[in-house]
Amino acid sequence: MTDATTNVRATPRGAKPRKRLTPTNIMLYGTLLVAAFYYLLPLYVMIVTSLKGMPEIRLGNVFAPPVEITFEPWVKAWAEACTGINCEGLSRGFWNSVQILVPSVIVSIAIASVNGYALSLWKFKGSEVFFTILIFGAFIPYQVMIYPMVILLREAGEGLSLITGTKIRLMGSIWGLVIVHTVFGMPILTLLFRNYFASVPEELFKAARVDGAGFWQIYFQIMLPMALPIFVVAIILQVTGIWNDFLFGVIFTKPDTYPMTVQLNNIVNSVQGVKEYNVNMAATMLTGLVPLVIYFVSGKLFVRGIAAGAVKG
Amino acid sequence: MGKTTLAKNDLDDQLVTDVVNNAVPTVETSIEIKDLKLSFGAVEVLKDLNLTISQGEFLVLLGSSGCGKSTLLNCIAGLLDVTDGEIHIGGRNVTWEEPSERGIGMVFQSYALYPQMTVEGNLSFGLKNARVPKPEIAERVARAAEVLQIEPLLKRKPAALSGGQRQRVAIGRALVRDVDVFLFDEPLSNLDAKLRADLRVELKLLHQKLDNTMIYVTHDQVEAMTLADRIAIMRGGVVQQIASPAEVYNRPSNKYVAGFIGSPSINFFEGQLSGGESPSFSSGGNTFPLSDYHTSRGQLTDRPAWLGIRPESVVTGTDVDAQPFTAEIVVELVEPMGSDTLVYTTLANSPFRFRINGQAKVTSGDTMRIGFDPAQGSLFDKTTEDRL
Repeated sequence: MTDATTNVRATPRGAKPRKRLTPTNIMLYGTLLVAAFYYLLPLYVMIVTSLKGMPEIRLGNVFAPPVEITFEPWVKAWAEACTGINCEGLSRGFWNSVQILVPSVIVSIAIASVNGYALSLWKFKGSEVFFTILIFGAFIPYQVMIYPMVILLREAGEGLSLITGTKIRLMGSIWGLVIVHTVFGMPILTLLFRNYFASVPEELFKAARVDGAGFWQIYFQIMLPMALPIFVVAIILQVTGIWNDFLFGVIFTKPDTYPMTVQLNNIVNSVQGVKEYNVNMAATMLTGLVPLVIYFVSGKLFVRGIAAGAVKG
Repeated sequence: MGKTTLAKNDLDDQLVTDVVNNAVPTVETSIEIKDLKLSFGAVEVLKDLNLTISQGEFLVLLGSSGCGKSTLLNCIAGLLDVTDGEIHIGGRNVTWEEPSERGIGMVFQSYALYPQMTVEGNLSFGLKNARVPKPEIAERVARAAEVLQIEPLLKRKPAALSGGQRQRVAIGRALVRDVDVFLFDEPLSNLDAKLRADLRVELKLLHQKLDNTMIYVTHDQVEAMTLADRIAIMRGGVVQQIASPAEVYNRPSNKYVAGFIGSPSINFFEGQLSGGESPSFSSGGNTFPLSDYHTSRGQLTDRPAWLGIRPESVVTGTDVDAQPFTAEIVVELVEPMGSDTLVYTTLANSPFRFRINGQAKVTSGDTMRIGFDPAQGSLFDKTTEDRL
């Protein structure tokens, strides 16, 4: 008895002392620092270069910080930089991208979430086959489908023109590209939503059916409010994917509806006299800004949603 | 068995008319299931199942997991499409009707409360879907909340409730629907032992109050024995026996039911039955007299058979000599359980356990004289395993 009490008193108090400079820690943080340095260096060079004037760049000190900070390259990249066709800078591409992005994200997620909901909870005859075919689509290289897609859009546009009596062009328009993004995003988004809804307790769905709720009522009133994390994931995937898309943008639109990425490419690649590295760097930074902001704003939700969507196969 | 509808009605007339005002009083048969079949691909889950449940009856579907009991309940609820057969509820063929149109309320094991709605929202969701006028919704919700004593919880979300409260809300969701048939799918399995016992009693009281037809799925035989008017024991999609709890315990219809009901489970002896005027059963050199054995088959005939003896039917001490069968046994293991003690031994070359008073002082290695009446046990055919 006395032994026990003395033992208790003998235990040390306060926080456990921690050694910070152990060999393990040095190795760990050393490696992390080197890796971080390696990945941040290009970003540093880009920012530094974009803030320099051309005379300073010609000196060739890539890593040197700007002696005289100027935001002129940013302004020029946004509003004045020339492609082979026009000199409106990235601004036109930005608004085109926004016009493509917003409907593409909304339409693709709206359809895919209902797809996933139906495929996981309202299983019908052949639903598994349907799902397999849909997923199979994710493994076919895009290049194979581009030309058929071009023809499909052209013919569909002509068909619509015939029916409505007005001239409708899908190929080469923003709406054509919206359709393309929706179609190509469908397999992975459907998989994402199906897996999420499969992890929702089935009894909840049964209870709602006993309560007399139908397909859409269960979707909107029961499932949708529970699916916020996976919607965030889907939005992030789609926003970054569509914003960064170059291939579909250049194929399915015309020069005046080119998205920002295509505009960026045209600015960087069209050379008139001197190559304006500072403007190119600023333009690249501007184009990458949207996905970056999305990641920073939604980081926590994103991780939560990814974890939630990966639970069940 | 157990149909005291009229007496209950007199006692709780007020409540019955209050809560179940649209119950159909004249229909005696509440649910009728005819030749029900269900297959998932090549797997037959339910095989030609027939079942009749009377108005106000508490029927428990009992069986180990995978026996088809939950599947049957889902078929009755309309959550699974049947392969063949018919389901009638309240005299109406509802085989192909939507769950919400069958006049049923259902309570699930995981409670299945809508997490984003308050308790009130959960209770009223079904009524809103059925376009019940708002004042009536409020009235019904208030009444169900009163019956289940969950009024203070109405504004809370399910996440802020304890397990027992959640299950009450889930029952309330069935209650507000004003239906005649309640379906319970293992409603107490997610609760801890003490709460489970409390809610079991509450459920029984609720049934006495409402006098609804209730079908209750469980794998817990204590729940089945305590709650049921009748128990249907299922195995492999087939109902093995459907009878009152006492009948199922005392006169199991086959060896499976005998082994399934009762805890600790029944002792079996494998041996030879000799029929005739004074039948007896011999196993491992022992002879068990069966003169008083009641058989539904007229007379017992010679055949290989099983004899099942309940651990509770063994007597010890001074009463032993009055028993038709007595034996001297060596105690191998003792499990004291407080109220009583389980003794493990070997009798007629078979493992044998029996229950004695918890106050008795017994240790392993002791010899004891025990006795019982084999005629109170159950005989089963060796091959068909049906009761003789």
